[in-house]
Amino acid sequence: MVAAALAEAITHPAAGAALDIDNVNHAFDIDGAELPVLSDVSISVEPGEFVALLGPSGCGKSTLLRLVAGLDKPKAGTLREDESRIRSPQPSRVVVFQDPTLFPWRSVWDNVALGLEAQGILKSQRQRVDAALDLVGLSAFRNAYPHQLSGGMAQRVALARALVNDPKILILDEPLGKLDSLTRITMQAELVALWQRKGFTTLLVTHDAEEALVLANRVIVFSERPARVKADIRVDRPYPRHRGDPYLADLRRQILGLLGLDATW
Amino acid sequence: MSTYSLSDGLASGAPRISRAPLLAAWVKESGAGVAASAAWIAFGLSCLWWEDVGDWSRTHSLGIAAFVIAAITLFGTVGADYLGSAGRALRQRAPWLVALGVFLTLWEVATAKFAWLPLPFFPPPQAIIEVYTDDLPKLLDSVFASVRLQLGGYLIGATIGFLTGVSIGWSRAVGYWVHPVLRFIGPLPATAWLPIAFFTFPSSWSASTFLIALATGFPVTVLTWSGVASVSNAYYDVARTLGAKPSFLVLKVAIPAALPHVFVGLFMGLGSSFAVLVVAEMIGVKAGLGWYLQWAQGWAAYANMYAALIVMSLLCSGAITLLFAIRDRLLVWQKGTVKW
Ligand SMILES: Nc1ncnc2c1ncn2[C@@H]1O[C@H](COP(=O)(O)OP(=O)(O)OP(=O)(O)O)[C@@H](O)[C@H]1O
Ligand SMILES: [Mg+2]
Repeated sequence: MVAAALAEAITHPAAGAALDIDNVNHAFDIDGAELPVLSDVSISVEPGEFVALLGPSGCGKSTLLRLVAGLDKPKAGTLREDESRIRSPQPSRVVVFQDPTLFPWRSVWDNVALGLEAQGILKSQRQRVDAALDLVGLSAFRNAYPHQLSGGMAQRVALARALVNDPKILILDEPLGKLDSLTRITMQAELVALWQRKGFTTLLVTHDAEEALVLANRVIVFSERPARVKADIRVDRPYPRHRGDPYLADLRRQILGLLGLDATW
Repeated sequence: MSTYSLSDGLASGAPRISRAPLLAAWVKESGAGVAASAAWIAFGLSCLWWEDVGDWSRTHSLGIAAFVIAAITLFGTVGADYLGSAGRALRQRAPWLVALGVFLTLWEVATAKFAWLPLPFFPPPQAIIEVYTDDLPKLLDSVFASVRLQLGGYLIGATIGFLTGVSIGWSRAVGYWVHPVLRFIGPLPATAWLPIAFFTFPSSWSASTFLIALATGFPVTVLTWSGVASVSNAYYDVARTLGAKPSFLVLKVAIPAALPHVFVGLFMGLGSSFAVLVVAEMIGVKAGLGWYLQWAQGWAAYANMYAALIVMSLLCSGAITLLFAIRDRLLVWQKGTVKW
């Protein structure tokens, strides 16, 4: 359907890249004191894998994503995309941030076109923007400005802005957090469909264990800050997955236990 | 049958019931217009009824013009429904027309007819009209001279200020060198440079251009700079992950994000450059509205001064209106902007 339109619009579908996070440590300086945020994080992601990252709030998930994106450099350790060291941002690794951070001075269409424009290929690839907008169901709002959108719509525009770049690694920081439950389920299905079709590697931060289990082949659970990898769980279930699946329910109980929520389950 | 007569009765009863409200509605819609018309008739009569205490040639024409305006106002507001947006605009402004008519009547009576206000200093309306009709070439020359000087200086100052502001906001090295200079020179009123500028520049015209540019440049620089500096890092992060190069970050992220600030700077610069323009014209440049004011004062030609002041105020207000129109065009994406 719409995902197919996007896939067609993109002439050379990029396969996913491998991601290697090797002994990464990171810390922030707050008022002279050092705040350790990541402690010896090592994760090796195969090309095309869908990895969900779960952890308590403030443990360092967004920080790790910024390192993967190349926006910050780790205090120690290395990150590699397909054997090459990550030193700076690259459009092959696109981030959908926790806040949509749309540019308020650009219309929806121009926001989605941002990446292509920055790379100087917008002129020949305008249809990709239209296809991405179609994909998130916002074609009718192409000329609207961000202040005219709802929070969920803005988040969808941010998603379209990332997808239009045809990334090798898609980095998602709670991108569906602000959506209503109905749109959320639709977008989850679209995301899986898109990921299967395109084969990009996906890194998804979420606070919703169920979402992680419905979407990912691998769920990584972090500890409290400083974040350590507490568990690395394979989810060997075919897609499309069903929320009621007892196997997933079992994993969910296990994950919530790791997050310290066994009493409430 | 019964329903029929019921609705029939309602239909015929309706106008009878609503006659009084209809009248009230008419008064509400057209009352101000009729009052405005009356006020302007009063003004016309005040021109023609008594003899002038002085010798002014336009009194009669002014009285006739007031009657014409009264007539236009009356027919315009009463027939507003047939005049579309012009009619609506007229109705909306009718209360102001009342106030204006009353003010002009009082002015006319207090000056030309009974000289309650001391005469040479408070000329009547017809004296000012006389300036516009009889001294028009000189006034127009002054307007052109002022506009040319102001426009040149303002554009130069705004451009340099904008570029400087972006560079300071963007580059630490530029900031290191320019910031202290800016702090030292910027707060100085541009007029303080007047004596030196008229010495050192080859012509008083170039000196004035420099001063106007200086007065404009400082606020534009500071506000552009603060605009660029306050752009959220999140925008840069987004652009960088999408493959933006530094030039893209400046041109397509920093500058558009800073634009609301830039317009505040342009607005402030416009205000302070007007002040410099008038002073420069009064002191150095032998042309322009400032010089016209000075000249009129020398001849004790008070009507000319008021006439020039009115023109000047229209020009300044027009310039600000233009600036706001440009801003509204460029910043459509902002919500809740102030209307000028
Ligand atoms: N730029 C920064 N400077 C200083 N401290 C920071 C900075 N960014 C994050 N931190 C700190 O690092 C810790 C981890 O932050 P991070 O945003 O990675 O958490 P998170 O796991 O994404 O949380 P959430 O699920 O609530 O989004 C927090 O304690 C935060 O205070
Ligand atoms: Mg976060």
